Amino acid sequence: MIAIRLRNNVREGANGYVGTQLSGRDSEWTDLMRSADAGDTIAYHRLLKAVTPVMRAATRRGLARAGQPVDQAEDIVQEILLAVHLKRHTWDNTAPFAPWLFAIARNKLIDALRRRGRRVFVNIDDFAEVLPGDPVEDTVPPGEVASHLESLPPRQRDVLQSIAVESASIKETASKLSMSEGAVRVALHRGLASLASRLRGT
Amino acid sequence: MDTEHLIRTLAADQDWRSRPAGAWLTVGLICAGALSSMIFMMTLRVRPDFMAATHNPFFDLKFAVTLSLAIPAIVVGLRLARPAAPLGWRGWLLVLPVVLLAGGVAVDLSMPQRLSWGARLVGSNSRVCLVAIPALSLPVLAAALVGLRHGAPTRPALAGAVAGLLSAGLAATLYASHCPDDSPLFVATWYTLATALVTAAGALAGARLLRF
Repeated sequence: MIAIRLRNNVREGANGYVGTQLSGRDSEWTDLMRSADAGDTIAYHRLLKAVTPVMRAATRRGLARAGQPVDQAEDIVQEILLAVHLKRHTWDNTAPFAPWLFAIARNKLIDALRRRGRRVFVNIDDFAEVLPGDPVEDTVPPGEVASHLESLPPRQRDVLQSIAVESASIKETASKLSMSEGAVRVALHRGLASLASRLRGT
Repeated sequence: MDTEHLIRTLAADQDWRSRPAGAWLTVGLICAGALSSMIFMMTLRVRPDFMAATHNPFFDLKFAVTLSLAIPAIVVGLRLARPAAPLGWRGWLLVLPVVLLAGGVAVDLSMPQRLSWGARLVGSNSRVCLVAIPALSLPVLAAALVGLRHGAPTRPALAGAVAGLLSAGLAATLYASHCPDDSPLFVATWYTLATALVTAAGALAGARLLRF
C-alpha cells in the first residue's frame, strides 16, 4: 500500500515537472542528443551537464514528497545519469528527448526510494545517536558510486579510477596501465555497466 | 566521485554503441525457437495426419490464433522496452487472437457435430497441452527476457508478461502441429490456460529481471 502510494506521488511529481519547466529546453536537449547520437562527444558532454541540475531539482522534489531527506539527492542523480548513459540507445531520435529522460529519471527515483525506504526502516536505530546532533548539510557528497567502485574487478576499477577520479584521458590511462586503448574502452564500458547493476542491487 | 567527474567519464564512453533490443530479441528468438523446435521434434513430433489436417479450417485456425498472439506480443514487447514511447494502436493488436478464437468458438458451437460440446472442450490431450506449451515456451521466454533487458522497460512486470505471451504464442504454434484436438473450444480452454501460466511466470520473472 505504502509502496503504491509512493509510486503515485513520484509519478505526479515528475509529470508536473515535464509540463511546467521543460517545454523551452526540450528542443535544445533533443538537438544535443541527436548530435551526440551522430558521434559528437562535446554535444554529449554538454547535454549531460545541462540535464544534471534539472535532474537534481526533480530528485530533491521527489525525495521531499516521499518524506525522505533531500540531501541524499546526489547519489540518485548519479544513478540517473548512469542509466541515461547505458540506455540512451532506447531513445528514438525522432521523438523529443525530455519525456524519455524523465521516464528514466522517474524509474530510477522510484527504485531508489523503495530501496531507501527499506533501509531507513531497518537501520533507524543505528543512526538514532548520530543524526539529531549533526547539522544537516545542504547536500551530502555522493558516496555510493565510490563505494561500489572498490568492489569492481581490478581491471575495471583501475580504468575507472584513472579516468573518473584522476581525470586521465583514455590514451593516458592506456599507457599508464600498459593496456591498448581498445582494452581501456572495453574496461571502461564494462565498469560503468557493472557499477549501474551494483547500484540497483542486482 | 563527484557528479562532474562522472559526467566526464560517461562522455569518455560515448562512442560505445549498444545494439537495439530488437536485434537481441531477433537473434534470441531464432536461437530459442530452434532449440524448442528440436525438443519438440525429439519428444512430441508433428501429428501423422498433418497434411490431411490442413484441410480442416479449425486446424488452421489454431495457427492463426497462436501466431496472432506471438507477433503482436513481439511488437508490443519492443515498444515497452522504450521509455516514454506510447503504445498507441499496438496494444489493440493483442485483441486479435481473442477475436479469432471467439469467432472460432461461435462457429464450432453453431455447427452440428458428432461429439457433444463438452467432449470437444475436454478433448483427448489436455494434460499434454498444459505441460508441453509451458515447457516449450521456457527457452523462448528466457531469450525474450534477455532481449528486453537490452532495452529499458519502465514497467518490468508488464514487459515480462508480454514476453510470456509471445513465448507462449510461439510454443503453442509448435504444439498445435502435434495436438490432435482441433476444436476451438479446446483451444480456448487449454491453450489459454497454458498461456496464462506462462504469462504469469513472465510477469514474475520480469519484475525481477527487467529492472534497469
